[in-house]
Amino acid sequence: MKTNPWLFRFAVLTAFATFLLIGLGGLVTSNNAGMSVPDWPTSYGYNMFALPIKFWKGGAFFEHTHRLLASAVGFLTTILAVWLWLKDSRQWMKWLGVIAFLLVIAQGILGGLRVTMKMNSLGIFHGAVAQTFFVLVCAIALFTSRAWNELAARKIIFIPRGLRSHVLFVTILIFIQLLIGATMRHQHAGLAIPDFPSAYGKFWPDTSAVAVAGYNAHRMEINGENPITAFQIILQMVHRLVAFLILAGVAAAAWLARKRLGGKDSLTKLAIFWLALILTQVALGAATIWTNKAADVATAHVMVGALSLVTGALWCIIGFGRSASALPDAQAFGVFGVQTSMMANK
Amino acid sequence: MKFSSIFLLIAALAATPVLHAADITGVIIFKGTPPAEKEITPLMDNADCAAMYKTTPTTHFYVVGPKGEFADVVVSLKGVTGKSTGASAPPAVMDQKGCMYSPTILAVQTGQKIIVKNSDTCIHNVHTKPTVDGNQEFNDVQMPGGADLTYTFPKPEMFLKFQCDVHPWMFAWVSVFDSPYFAVSDKDGKFTIKNVPPGKYTLEANHRKLGAQTQDVEVADKDVTVNFTFEVK
Repeated sequence: MKTNPWLFRFAVLTAFATFLLIGLGGLVTSNNAGMSVPDWPTSYGYNMFALPIKFWKGGAFFEHTHRLLASAVGFLTTILAVWLWLKDSRQWMKWLGVIAFLLVIAQGILGGLRVTMKMNSLGIFHGAVAQTFFVLVCAIALFTSRAWNELAARKIIFIPRGLRSHVLFVTILIFIQLLIGATMRHQHAGLAIPDFPSAYGKFWPDTSAVAVAGYNAHRMEINGENPITAFQIILQMVHRLVAFLILAGVAAAAWLARKRLGGKDSLTKLAIFWLALILTQVALGAATIWTNKAADVATAHVMVGALSLVTGALWCIIGFGRSASALPDAQAFGVFGVQTSMMANK
Repeated sequence: MKFSSIFLLIAALAATPVLHAADITGVIIFKGTPPAEKEITPLMDNADCAAMYKTTPTTHFYVVGPKGEFADVVVSLKGVTGKSTGASAPPAVMDQKGCMYSPTILAVQTGQKIIVKNSDTCIHNVHTKPTVDGNQEFNDVQMPGGADLTYTFPKPEMFLKFQCDVHPWMFAWVSVFDSPYFAVSDKDGKFTIKNVPPGKYTLEANHRKLGAQTQDVEVADKDVTVNFTFEVK
């Protein structure tokens, strides 16, 4: 299939803008600024795009710029969807564009409702949809790339099913981890556990009522001052344990990829990049605690988390696509359009 | 009725002690050394707010005097409900000044008006975060020099949070009672609950960080003194 390099570049631009938007959304939550502009779709009663600069201050700066960038991403996604519908010959790609369009609209409304309905739980959902949308836009960028469409023409090394399943499992685990992280962040309670790698000086912290009352008595949070609860402490411990599982899982994926596919294979390189991301993410997680949840560090933790999810998801897509094209059985074809490429090359 | 019977009735009434309302007073003492307060450094990063300070202000979770006088403790008669006179009580006033709430600890009755002012030259949003059903969550913009905002809450609630999300270090906690029998300890640690009807009560002292302590108290026709001591364990 002939690819359109400008469509690919535009999809990459949309994905990059989405990545920045996730970062800006992270800053909104890190600065407890989500409710600083109480009205939506207006801002302080003004048309959102005409809010005077003098109001772009404090928490409102993060919330308002988040709204503006979200509008830009919505605009880019709309163009991308129309472009795919008009110019991409693959029927499923046309619909992928439509799904992206609907998702970005839903995400915008969700963000607005989180403000007008004053619901923290919607903020968690908003964060989860953001990550899903980022994966989708990155996948569209991949599918519009020349590399993807030449997949079948290249020398194919079959990806063992066990390795594919392993990466898929770890990617799902990362998504669950992002949900846990979003839940922790939207409690607006600061750090539930202020030390790392220990937890209140122990391997597993005391979560009795007396102990939690003692923790709260000593906490001196400047922002987001809600008393912490035993649930929040346990949630952070689960976050730490899942982080360890993910690190082990990604390290195993990199090792398996190198063993099965060889060091020069693009998926091995991608798996090693993935491992580097996860190691960075662990360091950022620790730094988030050591800096008492500094907004920039916590936001970097969110952004690298999003990159980790996308890397795993793209690895799975490429892995499944390559395996489909490597199989002699025609029934296995048809995965994400690889069949088209195969047919074209035959 | 015979004259003698009337005389006996009057004599009996005269002999019965008439109990008047009395005050409950006391002092709250903090024992030991409170945790160190934190500097609110983000405030100094904000040009509007920083202009009002020469040095970085700190949190003030533990307002303790030189002899342990403990301010900002909310003292109330536990379990006394349905006695609110909030609708006719004068409004309580809370100001936003220097990008901080003043006072940060306030107590009102159900139905009593809370007037929130903005004495700053910058915008604030007044965001209430109740946790009790029936008390509404508000989130209103207040421009510099803008009109005062007025709030009331119909249900009793301890430490209902007010916050500004434009300046996320700005908090105040308003305790709402269904009676007029409450007080907040002052900088000398002193409190007075006025005009308490005679009876047996449980007096509760509540600090936002350290939780609640209770003492049983009996009010007759004389003022009663009850002291509390808090410490961080």
